[in-house]
Amino acid sequence: MYQYDKYDQMMVDQRVAQFRDQTRRYLAGELTEDQFRPLRLANGLYIQIHAPMLRIAVPYGLMSSKQVRKVAGIARRYDKGFVHFTTRTNFQLNWPKLEDVPDILAELATVQMHAIQTSGNDIRNTTTDQFAGINAEEIEDPRPWAEIIRQWSTFHPEFAYLPRKFKIAIIGSETDRAATKLHDIGLHLVKNHDGEIGFEVLVGGGLGRTPIIGEQIRPFLEKEDLLSYLEAILRVYNRLGRRDNKFKARIKITVREHGINHIRELVEAEWVQIRDQLRLDQKEIDRVKAFFTEPDYDSNAAADTTFEAKLAEDKAFARWLKQNTFEHKVPGYKAVYVSLKKHGQAPGDITSEQLEIVADLADKYSFGEIRSTHTQNLVLADVKQADLYELWQQLQAEGLATPNINTLTDIICCPGLDYCGLANATSIPLSKQIAERFDDLDHLYDLGDIKIKFSGCMNGCAHQSVGHIGILGVDKKGEEWYQFTLGGSSEADAAIGERLGKAIPKEEVVDTVSHLIDAYVDLRHEDESFLATVRRVGVDPFKERVYADN
Amino acid sequence: MQIIKDREIVEDNWLHLDDEAELVAGNITVSLARWQEQHESLEHHEGGLGLRLSGDDPLEEIVPDLARFSLIVLLFPVFTDGRCYSYAKLLRERYGFKGEIRAQGDVLQDQLFYMSQCGINSFELANPNRLTNALSAFDDFTESYQATVLRPEPLYRRR
Repeated sequence: MYQYDKYDQMMVDQRVAQFRDQTRRYLAGELTEDQFRPLRLANGLYIQIHAPMLRIAVPYGLMSSKQVRKVAGIARRYDKGFVHFTTRTNFQLNWPKLEDVPDILAELATVQMHAIQTSGNDIRNTTTDQFAGINAEEIEDPRPWAEIIRQWSTFHPEFAYLPRKFKIAIIGSETDRAATKLHDIGLHLVKNHDGEIGFEVLVGGGLGRTPIIGEQIRPFLEKEDLLSYLEAILRVYNRLGRRDNKFKARIKITVREHGINHIRELVEAEWVQIRDQLRLDQKEIDRVKAFFTEPDYDSNAAADTTFEAKLAEDKAFARWLKQNTFEHKVPGYKAVYVSLKKHGQAPGDITSEQLEIVADLADKYSFGEIRSTHTQNLVLADVKQADLYELWQQLQAEGLATPNINTLTDIICCPGLDYCGLANATSIPLSKQIAERFDDLDHLYDLGDIKIKFSGCMNGCAHQSVGHIGILGVDKKGEEWYQFTLGGSSEADAAIGERLGKAIPKEEVVDTVSHLIDAYVDLRHEDESFLATVRRVGVDPFKERVYADN
Repeated sequence: MQIIKDREIVEDNWLHLDDEAELVAGNITVSLARWQEQHESLEHHEGGLGLRLSGDDPLEEIVPDLARFSLIVLLFPVFTDGRCYSYAKLLRERYGFKGEIRAQGDVLQDQLFYMSQCGINSFELANPNRLTNALSAFDDFTESYQATVLRPEPLYRRR
């Protein structure tokens, strides 16, 4: 993975000093609340209901075991001994003290970590596919490009006060595990007719109150032009994006109001002016790529026979393997999910002890690297098949082997009313109840791939509008109600879910999920997924089932 | 009034003229509207002439007139309005403006570093009592990854 040089290190160290001084001035009354807010947000610090929340960046979801141990230690020392993973692959600490944050950032800087631009109206952490670099269908590893974008976007002086937040996601294969079509900019590494690799560029996707699927602005961009093209989009947006209404300030609204064709004309006109000046050097591309070379794989890994024997004799292992591992491009290796979706536990949460164990397991079995995923799980990406049984046993002992990846109980969930100052309604306790209701693994596997996404308010941090089943908490006269949508997707077939009907009271949420699932089981053709069934029959049959009693 | 110019605290010698105020000799700045209405009489103004722009004003339209001004004032109505960062950068890099570019309005210490990297070289701080403290902000960072007005080569060409 990428290693800081003296420049990178100096920049995060100077950032810590800057924020330490800003915090001091705020606490001394020299900065007002309004003046301090954007400064703390640009360092990932929110002020929530109970305490501040600090969001720590995990650039493109990649961490070393050393970094994970550091975060575990920070969570223990400055927080309550656990962290929460977000849909954009970052960590959150839910209970740090404001006065401690400069010290926390200083500790993070010792392991090449930071909280830079994890919030605020700036360019956020660039995310990617958790299987980048190990995926057989990949056209090219997106991580070096994500790192190049990280550096370009960090402290970009022109784009620190954008109309609104700005998120970029990049993938290197057709399967979209990073929700790129729901980002302000989505980048796809593609091959053109001449066999050259470049980027397809999408713009204007986004979730929140007005979910919109991103549109193509350029079918093919030469790789060397990446930064100039991004800079052109950002400059057009910085000048044109609305600043009179924060709910209309995302680039998705700019694109919708002006039309993709007009935006394209403006961007291309801007781009030709800066293209030559900002063209990436091959030397720099090579420098960054050199950090993402393949680890030292065992060429005999596939020769192992113990793995097949274990599979045959241990059904639980076989079940976990089928559900929680992913095919690796190198024979004899698998990528392994560390499930943070144990039933009865808040989705995406992990304790300091568990983090340290995952770090140890990464050192022992996966070249010391850990990845975080859009679905709020972790991945050990390079595990030899001979080690899988042992790894599984150790994960299981820690409650990290729930074999439910991509099933109904692999719920994406925001912190909700229990933690978040913006939320209207509870989300985590209800997701736990859903997981408890669907506790029978055979039943879960029979239901197949069903993505439930559960947000506690319109801001939609859990991306409910693109859930196969989306659940959105709303406030009605002080009571918590829940709006369901069906048929959304964040993948290559991205779609915004359709509203099921009127909102559902809190005590009926779990039953409603059951009704939806029962309806699916009745309606589906053989081997037809939930999403395919919804798309074939529409929302009405589900609606009838759910609202039949009313 | 004192301002920061080229990283030093100096006495301001410009008068920002309201649209209704009568023309006076000496260094004055005018709004874009006044410049457009009165540009013939202003051509003969004795003293320095400056133009005040906000992010709402069409930057490209004044490019042919730029040579007439020795100061461009960019207005930040609130410090979170970042449009004029792009204006400053374009004025310097694309339109070759060599005169003074000044930030006016809700201008705070914590934005000076980014503003200066975009080519703004003078600052009317919202709180003029904090000029001395604010001077340190230019050194918040000693490097930038990007090509900026102050460092035209991106870091990757220098590392």
